[in-house]
Amino acid sequence: MSAETPSKLQKMIQSGNFAVTSEVGPPRSADGHEIEHKGHLIKNHVDAINVTDNQTSVCRLCSLASVIRLKLMGLEPVLQMTTRDRNRIALQSDVLGAASFGINNILCLTGDHQIFGDHPKAVNVFDLDSIQLAATVRMMRDEGKLLGGWEFEVRPQMFIGAAVNPFAGPNVEMRVARMAKKVAAGVQFVQTQCIYNMEKFKLFMKMTVDRGLHEKVAVLAGITPMKNVGMARYMAKRVPGMDVPDDIVKRIGGVPKEKQSEEGINLAIEQIEEIKGIEGIKGFHVMAIEWEQMVPPIVERSGLYPRPQLAE
Amino acid sequence: MIKAVGKPLEEIIDMVKDFQRVLVVACDGCVTVCEAGGLKEAKVLSAALRLYYNQAGQQAQVDDTTLTRQCEPEYLAQLSDRMDGYDAVVSMACGCGVQFMAENYDKKIIFPGVDTCFLGVNEERGIFTERCQACGRCILADTGGICPIARCSKRMLNGPDTPCGWELIYNRLKTLGQLDRFEKPVEPKDWTTSRDGGPRKIVREDLRV
Repeated sequence: MSAETPSKLQKMIQSGNFAVTSEVGPPRSADGHEIEHKGHLIKNHVDAINVTDNQTSVCRLCSLASVIRLKLMGLEPVLQMTTRDRNRIALQSDVLGAASFGINNILCLTGDHQIFGDHPKAVNVFDLDSIQLAATVRMMRDEGKLLGGWEFEVRPQMFIGAAVNPFAGPNVEMRVARMAKKVAAGVQFVQTQCIYNMEKFKLFMKMTVDRGLHEKVAVLAGITPMKNVGMARYMAKRVPGMDVPDDIVKRIGGVPKEKQSEEGINLAIEQIEEIKGIEGIKGFHVMAIEWEQMVPPIVERSGLYPRPQLAE
Repeated sequence: MIKAVGKPLEEIIDMVKDFQRVLVVACDGCVTVCEAGGLKEAKVLSAALRLYYNQAGQQAQVDDTTLTRQCEPEYLAQLSDRMDGYDAVVSMACGCGVQFMAENYDKKIIFPGVDTCFLGVNEERGIFTERCQACGRCILADTGGICPIARCSKRMLNGPDTPCGWELIYNRLKTLGQLDRFEKPVEPKDWTTSRDGGPRKIVREDLRV
């Protein structure tokens, strides 16, 4: 993982404890209190909180303002940045701005295509992709330099992350190769796509360990509880890059409607317990989509609470 | 090469309806190959316009002709004797041809007859697909002969995402035994040779006289 930063997430990973992250989605309005509310819901149960950047190309309150708000509450945010909406000037500018508020974690993403969002007529940028963004942030941090060549003194102290999807096409081997490329570009931690196909995930981790990649990058396993069978079916059929086996849909659908959310939580906890035993796993990224209040019970019942308190 | 599709007749009628002497000019180049703006299509369009004027009870003259290419002044000059006889010209060439027609006949009203779409291939009869975005600095040597800029919806240089050209690139590099290229991070691209650098120009001194 090379470079040391003041990131509390990095320190937790290095302590040997399982790290726990979660995420909040900003509102589709100027209501900053919603961010604070969601932050309060999960703050005692996670080490760091991602804020999504106009996820699924739906326009929302920006991730940069949101992470500053969380930081001012004394929390440890992870700034998600996609390269879809901003060119290299804006991206680097936002990294500097975030760092000026003591933001120490960044998740570098390319971003969903705008055709899937609420502004399908928009132009897209993609001046850089996620890997080039990661390499750029590393250069800014380690060399104090911008892409344009400008050198500066006060450097952004970013712990650099990225997303990985072990379940996307065409095969697991290529997904591991892509993660290796991200590591080569400077990525120090990855958060995975929501895991439902445990066999495929284990294969992904085995290939990761076989290549020794688990020693260079911290893999945080993505966990998303199913609210009901409708969500399970939707994720199985409609969400690109998601791999939900039939037996998961059957399990959630196999209990009465009023018990389905409980079954979804139980499933998430069982998944965490199973994944704890997989070599190379450094923690969990618990994404309870518009269901943030469920993060604390999942973390508690998974034996991940209380969160270890590390020396500053 | 350049792929285009014919504009809807109603749109062209709306452009020309206030003019009585109209010349439809086809182009024998790319737009003939994709059957959008060749002489055949020009004849169909001019016949349709004559029918329109007829039904609207208007006296009008609509003629058609073609040029070898509309992106070269020598060919455009072949129309110079006839231009005075028309109020408006519908150029069936690509956007380059339409603009060059307007530049070479700057007092004449020039309308586009086709929508210019992209640089592509005839994948099969009637199917045209994009292959090149003319970014001005070809990287096909590194990507197994498949372009991530034109064929990935996010023009990612470090793909893949699905569905996009990166899956094709990965498979092809694997076939070629060049997967080492896949895992090597690619530097940010210099976009100045693409759209972002402003309107582009090629100067070939060796061809100049």
